Amino acid sequence: MRLALHAEWTKMRTVASPLWLLLGTVAATVALSAVATSVVNCTARGCGGDTTKLSLMGVYLGQAPVAILAVLVISGEYSSGMIRTTLTAMPRRATAFAAKAITLTGVVAVGGTVAVLGAVLAGRLILPDLGDQALSLADGPTLRAVFGTVLYLILIGLLSLGIATAVRDSATSIGIVLGLLYIFPIISGTISDPDWQRLLQQIAPMSAGLAIQATTDLHSLPLSPWAGLGVTAGWATAALLAGGLLLRVRDT
Amino acid sequence: MTPTVTPYRPSERVGRDGFLQVLHAEWTKFRTVRGWTVGMMAAALMVVLFALLVGVSSNQKGSPPVPIGPGGEPVTDSFYFVHQPLAGDGSITVSVSALKSSIPKAPGDLRPGTVPWAKAGLIIKDGTRQGSPYAAIMATGSHGVRMQDNYVNDTAGPTGPASAESPRRLRLDRSGDTITGYASTDGTKWTKVGTTQVSGLGSTAQVGLFVASPPAVGGGGTAGSVSTATFGDLRTQGGWAGGNWTGSQVGAKSPTFAGYPENAPGSFTGSDARFTVTGAGDIAPAVSDSLPTGGHLRNILTGTFAALIAVIVVGALFITAEYRNKMIHLTLAASPRRSRVLVAKAIVLWAVTFVAGSVGAILATPLGLGLARGNGVYIFPVTSSTELRVELGTAALLATASVLALSVGAIFRHSAGAVTTAIVAIVLPYILIAIPFMPASVSKGVATVTPGAAFAVQQTLVPYDQVASNYTPYYGYYPLAPWAGFAVLAGYAVASLAVAAVLLNRRDA
Repeated sequence: MRLALHAEWTKMRTVASPLWLLLGTVAATVALSAVATSVVNCTARGCGGDTTKLSLMGVYLGQAPVAILAVLVISGEYSSGMIRTTLTAMPRRATAFAAKAITLTGVVAVGGTVAVLGAVLAGRLILPDLGDQALSLADGPTLRAVFGTVLYLILIGLLSLGIATAVRDSATSIGIVLGLLYIFPIISGTISDPDWQRLLQQIAPMSAGLAIQATTDLHSLPLSPWAGLGVTAGWATAALLAGGLLLRVRDT
Repeated sequence: MTPTVTPYRPSERVGRDGFLQVLHAEWTKFRTVRGWTVGMMAAALMVVLFALLVGVSSNQKGSPPVPIGPGGEPVTDSFYFVHQPLAGDGSITVSVSALKSSIPKAPGDLRPGTVPWAKAGLIIKDGTRQGSPYAAIMATGSHGVRMQDNYVNDTAGPTGPASAESPRRLRLDRSGDTITGYASTDGTKWTKVGTTQVSGLGSTAQVGLFVASPPAVGGGGTAGSVSTATFGDLRTQGGWAGGNWTGSQVGAKSPTFAGYPENAPGSFTGSDARFTVTGAGDIAPAVSDSLPTGGHLRNILTGTFAALIAVIVVGALFITAEYRNKMIHLTLAASPRRSRVLVAKAIVLWAVTFVAGSVGAILATPLGLGLARGNGVYIFPVTSSTELRVELGTAALLATASVLALSVGAIFRHSAGAVTTAIVAIVLPYILIAIPFMPASVSKGVATVTPGAAFAVQQTLVPYDQVASNYTPYYGYYPLAPWAGFAVLAGYAVASLAVAAVLLNRRDA
């Protein structure tokens, strides 16, 4: 396993695109958060909502490079034929797949932490001083939101890895992942029935998982923050299982 | 003796290297790759499935009925009406010496404010039923004197606000179906503001004073406002029965339908010639803001978003797959004029996507509309030519987006990058537009300069000058005309196709 991890880390480190995609994640997250916090109308009483969630809004966009990175980790090998070498060197496919997932988790955790902390910092600098409502990592719910957002990005990465392993083609996988993430919110925006809206928000990987960012009005959420992240974890697990199983039973 | 073998020679045809052959070759490539055919079918299916989902999951059965104007369009028709019956012909004159509006800063906290289209004046109407025919002349918050009739017609009269020093005198004459409005700023010199034919008023119409106050627009939303007007010198001539003036609220007081702020009900005080009237609401064509429960065609075609992703993936793969499996060498050896190959690919892809998109949209629209109407959703009416424009426009949008993806794929020669770029270029604007609190200038800018401008082909709503509202893409009002918006996307597609052709000619494959 250590050798497998070392091999995967070498592959990740020696290709230019993962680093660029991680930088893209940081840039997209911080930029969108900065825009969101600068357009909001703030008064002395507050910003009319959940400032933590607002500052972390950048992950709406920042998750896309994470998904692409995760897709390329495996589909890049399929398109270049490298996968045959990988599986010849590591015939135990489950080990090779686990090594990929672990390496990806580590890389996204680092990139995601930088991105999320950057977004919080941008929020602190841009939002007016709100006294006791200010963003602070010492505040329990805020810390949970920040930590949970990093976990969310990791889960999106794993979900994308699972889908890409099952599909084996980068373009199709990116299409499926981005569709899965962004279609649900758009649909629930056009649907007028509140029960359906609630249901969609409970099952969609993005809407459910980002419940982890809520720090106010927790009782009015469609589902609790950790349960929401659990839904995203369920999606990621299902995708990883499907991808891992197909990797085992199929020829490359 | 060696057996003679006749080598296979394809029959020589005229125009062997013709464009038609290249086109045929590309079509054969497209239809024989199962994944691409499936992708196109999936795109059409997405449009239909999401239309069904939107139709099934909508539920407006409990909402109040939408008032319909004489022209068949949805209208807002709620105001405070101080009236008497007028049998046959007659006229009424009044002066408006003040029109003050209030806007709530917080629930129950009313502050004086400016409501540009607050209205106070004279109206002749076929009873108090919402949506019934009318004609009115009025002083407004900041648009001077106007004469309006049957919700959509609006004529400007003398400018400037009404005040105690300079009251606006208004007069309305009925002669059969002909209603004439006059205005005067000094009480001696009268100018005719407009003459209009209003059919359906009946022999006895309700005539009198009215005050309306449409919701104040700001911060991406609206807040119900209320206005109070002071009337004087009320005089009548003709077939008036006499007696007391009756105060009625026309329309529901529900806040959804331009109702009153908290603790500010409609009322009137006074008698004889002087009245103070308080009212809210509006007499105007309905817009997205004032009819939030109304649906429009764009909602039914929400699946366009999912279909876009599918056609972008297929479009990018149509060229990048050739680079990946080295097929491109063979393609370019067979057809050395490289830009022709690219153009042939673009034509085949555009045509296939357009057909798939049309099938999807033409099936989806009636299904989705039927289901949504069955669930009590009021759909803003469109003519059948507009409906066809939305359906074919959606198909053209999908087709052009896939050609854009093809061009970007030819530039990048790598599917992941191409798909990501094309999705970001088209889908990101869609998402930015769909954020309600996005400032109007930003969202209009996004819908003007990015490829996302093409979503304008799905617009069915028209803005009205005499209704202040949030006319932003989020509410279904695009800054560009339908085909102008589409032209922006087409421009991007053609430009990137040209860049791709230059690069394809310059680079080794």
